[in-house]
Amino acid sequence: MEIKIAVKNLNAFYGKNKVLKNVSIDIPQNKVLAIIGPSGCGKSTFLRCLNRMHEVVGGTVQGSIMLDGEDITRKDPVLVRRRLGMIFQKPNPFPTMSIFDNVAAGLKYNGKTDKKETAEIVEKSLKQAALWDEVKDSLEQSGINLSGGQQQRLCIARTLAIQPEVILMDEPASALDPISTTKIEDLIFELKKNYTIVIVTHNMQQASRVSDFTAFLYMGELIEYDATKKIFTSPELKQTEDYVRGRFG
Amino acid sequence: MENGAMKSNLYLYKKKIINLIMLSLSVLAAVISIIPLIFIIYYTVSKGISHLNIDFFIEMPKPVGEPGGGMANAIVGTLIMLGIGGSIGIPVGMSAGIYLSEFGKNKFGNVVRFFADVLSGVPSIVVGVVVYSLVVIPMKQFSALAGGIALGIIMIPTITRTTDEMIKIVPQSLRETALSLGIPKWKTTVSIVLKTAWKGIATGILLALSRAAGETAPLLFTALGNRFWSTSIGQPIASLTVYIYDYAKAPFEDWNNQAWTAALVLIILISILSLLFKIITRSRYNIKQ
Ligand SMILES: Nc1ncnc2c1ncn2[C@@H]1O[C@H](COP(=O)(O)OP(=O)(O)OP(=O)(O)O)[C@@H](O)[C@H]1O
Ligand SMILES: [Mg+2]
Repeated sequence: MEIKIAVKNLNAFYGKNKVLKNVSIDIPQNKVLAIIGPSGCGKSTFLRCLNRMHEVVGGTVQGSIMLDGEDITRKDPVLVRRRLGMIFQKPNPFPTMSIFDNVAAGLKYNGKTDKKETAEIVEKSLKQAALWDEVKDSLEQSGINLSGGQQQRLCIARTLAIQPEVILMDEPASALDPISTTKIEDLIFELKKNYTIVIVTHNMQQASRVSDFTAFLYMGELIEYDATKKIFTSPELKQTEDYVRGRFG
Repeated sequence: MENGAMKSNLYLYKKKIINLIMLSLSVLAAVISIIPLIFIIYYTVSKGISHLNIDFFIEMPKPVGEPGGGMANAIVGTLIMLGIGGSIGIPVGMSAGIYLSEFGKNKFGNVVRFFADVLSGVPSIVVGVVVYSLVVIPMKQFSALAGGIALGIIMIPTITRTTDEMIKIVPQSLRETALSLGIPKWKTTVSIVLKTAWKGIATGILLALSRAAGETAPLLFTALGNRFWSTSIGQPIASLTVYIYDYAKAPFEDWNNQAWTAALVLIILISILSLLFKIITRSRYNIKQ
């Protein structure tokens, strides 16, 4: 099993407040890693550290994050983010752009301007995000008029269009109805063939359905990290067991 | 039981009455606020319409006593100075606004914000005097350029503050999304944030332009006025507002009437400007929210 990202002794801070404490974790390639843990334990912060988005909200880190052997904490954040795409909790298409332009935004503003190539990538990305059939006749319409689930898949397509290697998802389905949630979960299953995926979720069933590995964070510390099956059936620690059984948090 | 029902009925009744009173009050307030506007438009149209014809737009002013004539030079003069003012006020104001909203959360930003507020409170005649001593005296010449600069300075604070405010209300999540796509920060600001805030900023620019178009005092010290045709930015130039000022206080009834027509033309000009802005900033989509 290949390691895509090796996180070593990661500490994250907002000002003086330490919110991640010595987290070390190897994230395997072409698998889905679920991050679980009670609210405020640092899941989103961990995810953001992986593509330097913590900087945008005023966070700092110590430690190393090796992506294919290169320490991304020392690289240009703009280039890092093109390799690790991010999906947010609330679907957030660009309100002033058409569906097509939304998907093409990353390409356009990163200097790719070849029209034909862009159109191809947009179509491919929308197909990958399982949205193409629903929007192929309305590519010039605003993305805002889509349903919440469609919007989230549009956001996934937008991220896929920049051809990242890793997709980071922060509770991507928590604002969606059950049917849309199922669609997103099916999508994750498809996407892991080509991408490494890290997903934060509060939903235990979802974690056990979509992920191959699960990491349990508590108050900024990595408590347990193992194959998802193991975490949900016979975890090493009682604390983990209590959490996945819904006995606290 | 019965008592309770009656109580809640009474409560609903009270709520309805309060709603009605509040509604009437706000309708009344709205009506009062548009009454002055209606009077202004009514008077300007009824007094100015008699001289409003094609000649007014293409003819030059006639000497006293000769009937007819127009204010072609003043219309062009006003447009030229608005052009100069806009090409100073819009870029400077917008850049300052972008700086304030994206990078201005520090002492220097607060200082800039404070000065913008002070500048917007400075009477326009003072701006005129300052431009007089900084531009007119060194050039030894009243000029369209000096007038345009004065209007530009007057436009800056309005544009700065609206740009600042409009960019600030663009949701942070939009910026984060753009950055997460590997779009550099400056491109995020220019292409995503500014595009989203553009409608509000355009309204601010329009407001600044309209107010500048109506300025008289600063032009008396800078552009002065001109009875003749001139499009040179180095020469004194006519403007609608200065004509209104001169013609309205002149002892000739014909000139007084022409002053009303000039006022009407100014209002029409500003309306056309608003319309143009509405068309430019019209959203490509009908977004239901
Ligand atoms: N931008 C910020 N500035 C300061 N403190 C922050 C910031 N974002 C998060 N924190 C703090 O860092 C800690 C971890 O937050 P984080 O958002 O990573 O938790 P989370 O596990 O994602 O929680 P949730 O499940 O509620 O989303 C919390 O105590 C939070 O208050
Ligand atoms: Mg979170």
